[in-house]
Amino acid sequence: MSANKSKVAVNNSRRAFLSKTASTAGMITIAPGVLLHQVANAKPDDQPISEKVRWGMLIDTNKCEKGCTDCIDACNAEHSLTDNGRPESDTQYIRKVTLRDKSTGHELSLPLMCQHCETAPCVDVCPTGASFTRKDGIALVDKHICIGCRYCMMACPYKARSFVHEAVKNQTLSAPRGKGTVESCTMCVHRVDKGETPACVEACSKGMHDAMIFGDLNDPNSKISKSLAQYGGKQLRADLQLNTAVRYRGI
Amino acid sequence: MKKIEYSAIKGNSLGYYGLLGGLGLLMLIGLLAVWHMEHQGHWVTGMNNQIVWGMPHVFAVFLIVAASGALNVASVASVFRKEEYEPLARLSGLLAIALLAGGLVVLLLDLGRPDRLIVAMTYYNFKSIFAWNIILYTGFFAIVGIYIWFMMDHNMYKFKKTAGMAAFVWRLILTTGTGSIFGFLVARSAYDAALLAPMFIVMSFAFGLAIFILVLMASYHWSGRELGDEIVARLRNLLGVFIAAVLYFVAVYHLTNLYITEHHGFEKFILMEGGSYTKIFWIGQIILGGLIPLALVYAPGVKNCRKTLSLICALVILGGLATMYTVIIAGQAYPLQIFPGYEVTSSFFDGVVNDYTPSIYEIALGVGGVAVSLLIVAFVIKVLPFLPKSLADSK
Amino acid sequence: MTNRFLRITFLLVGLGLLYPVLGSADTPKPVIHEPEGEGVKCVHPEEEMKRNHMNYILHQRDDTMYDGIRTEKHSLANCIDCHVQPGKDGKIASIETEEHFCKGCHEYAAVTIDCFECHADRPQKFINRGGKNNASLQQDLQTMLSAGTASGDQ
Repeated sequence: MSANKSKVAVNNSRRAFLSKTASTAGMITIAPGVLLHQVANAKPDDQPISEKVRWGMLIDTNKCEKGCTDCIDACNAEHSLTDNGRPESDTQYIRKVTLRDKSTGHELSLPLMCQHCETAPCVDVCPTGASFTRKDGIALVDKHICIGCRYCMMACPYKARSFVHEAVKNQTLSAPRGKGTVESCTMCVHRVDKGETPACVEACSKGMHDAMIFGDLNDPNSKISKSLAQYGGKQLRADLQLNTAVRYRGI
Repeated sequence: MKKIEYSAIKGNSLGYYGLLGGLGLLMLIGLLAVWHMEHQGHWVTGMNNQIVWGMPHVFAVFLIVAASGALNVASVASVFRKEEYEPLARLSGLLAIALLAGGLVVLLLDLGRPDRLIVAMTYYNFKSIFAWNIILYTGFFAIVGIYIWFMMDHNMYKFKKTAGMAAFVWRLILTTGTGSIFGFLVARSAYDAALLAPMFIVMSFAFGLAIFILVLMASYHWSGRELGDEIVARLRNLLGVFIAAVLYFVAVYHLTNLYITEHHGFEKFILMEGGSYTKIFWIGQIILGGLIPLALVYAPGVKNCRKTLSLICALVILGGLATMYTVIIAGQAYPLQIFPGYEVTSSFFDGVVNDYTPSIYEIALGVGGVAVSLLIVAFVIKVLPFLPKSLADSK
Repeated sequence: MTNRFLRITFLLVGLGLLYPVLGSADTPKPVIHEPEGEGVKCVHPEEEMKRNHMNYILHQRDDTMYDGIRTEKHSLANCIDCHVQPGKDGKIASIETEEHFCKGCHEYAAVTIDCFECHADRPQKFINRGGKNNASLQQDLQTMLSAGTASGDQ
């Protein structure tokens, strides 16, 4: 345990250092292309999340390259999503969707995942309350009380959820998942809680595409809010008025 | 009105034990299928991330809908004061409980985590229609149970009408709940319609009565008791009205969709271009499950023919399963409209009509549920006096 | 007739219920593999943990799940980090065998747990991440280090 304690101490001092630097710089560059978002907002491990923050994503379809799967690969590695060679029943948190405008023939490509609705249909229909949205707007499945009824999958307008159809081995420590429960994009909640960006966003900027921005929708000074204010962004199925946290530009 | 005498069936014939054995075997096969599905995971079934509800749900929802319908005969007697139906009330209540139990067993055993039944019973999200349904089902067992008790206990007989009324109201709410499981799904083109709730109620009348007539005729035939043509003819006419009502609701449902441009794609899919889904709709649901039985009910020359009536009931049941298949499976097979105006392709089957091939395990589970229902009926009528000694015509 | 039918039915059901009692034999006590190393101590005294570890873990579970509290002290990952270590043969016991710290006791106490149907049964560094080669693991580690979140590997 002493080893653990020193580890915690190291972590804290590093975090203190980082947040000091961050508060002056706002955002720092760790390595070329790898941005550590707003470390100043990183909450201490022992503090609960708050409603003041609403995490969101902005996806610029003009920058999203056709055929590129950087975000998907990063997501699969992050959550140890294994390919069982059965595409009908294998889990996908993110998928690349190709769209072709029926009237103009214009083609575009975008990543589609859980849209983290404010009033999520999956949360409404879940009989046990396993589907829920955190105070900071991230929609999750509490797999401890999920009974695997799949009603949320029936209710989701975005087909964002997958059912774990077979036993899972070699899960990563931070992304527990197992047979018989429903799962979907967690907006990398385990990374967000530590002040990092979701794996897909990080991979997208690492690959120099910069098609995805992650940040706090409630903070008018965040990069995502400024970008949305200046250039706009649409919600998918906006007619349902679900107030999604993922926004798209260029559709 | 003359006093009705009830007695338990003798049930010591080889045929009776053969029936119990056969049903028990079907139940056992169902359990083996469940064991395989839960041990391997759901990938061994035809269900996947596109068609998330499959054959088990077709059977389960059918049984649950039929359960509330089976209670109708008792309701006609106690709520609508038709004394001719009075002798059938006990069996009606029993069949309702048995069908609901069979349906719930199927629903439960198909869960990803059936071992968490206790979680389902202790954690409630009161905004979920599913959670309401859990309460409605439990309540149904209790209320119908009390209703049967009041019917059978001389001391409580005076409260029978009240209990019957309560059961009637409860069953209407229950089927509204079942229909709303689909009706409240805003995301999918096939659902998202308040009409589904009353449509499910009318369907329950037809499906429940068809099963009731079959069970009644079988138990009287096999136990060698007398069943008069008068009562059978009444049930038969009632069934005819219900079949027509179902067809009417289905027509209104599709006409509404046909009027709304947004739903044209879905209607084209169901009515014309859906391949096997279209066939199951037209042949299974409309022709075999609706038009033919309706014609047979009113066909001259076979008015008192029990075989024809059995065929009518079997067709209605078959049509009922086809209806559930259309509602549940075809409703999911039609792709979600996430990007209106765009042609969509992806690695996750966006924008395509999804295929579904039910596995033998799912069908075995569904049939096992039916066996559970019938086993309950066969067992209970042997140990308790549910059937009148004679249902011969009064003249 | 009916009475005999009922009696036989109840008899069969009763025998089924009695089976676990009649059919069981004595079970040997579990061998608990203590973590080795100097000054290694659990977060609470052993007696306390024997009785109440589930409450600590459960409480932490909900705190993490709903409130994003990610302290280490009572986290399952922290338990695993210390208690699941390679044995003398250098191998990590999987949750399927009784050599696993959790499994040994739970098997003995006949308490079924399903934690490890989802959670990793071993520390992060011992997780075999399928198709990943060493180079990409190295790269991952570097990214993690630079992001200031390196976990138990230091």
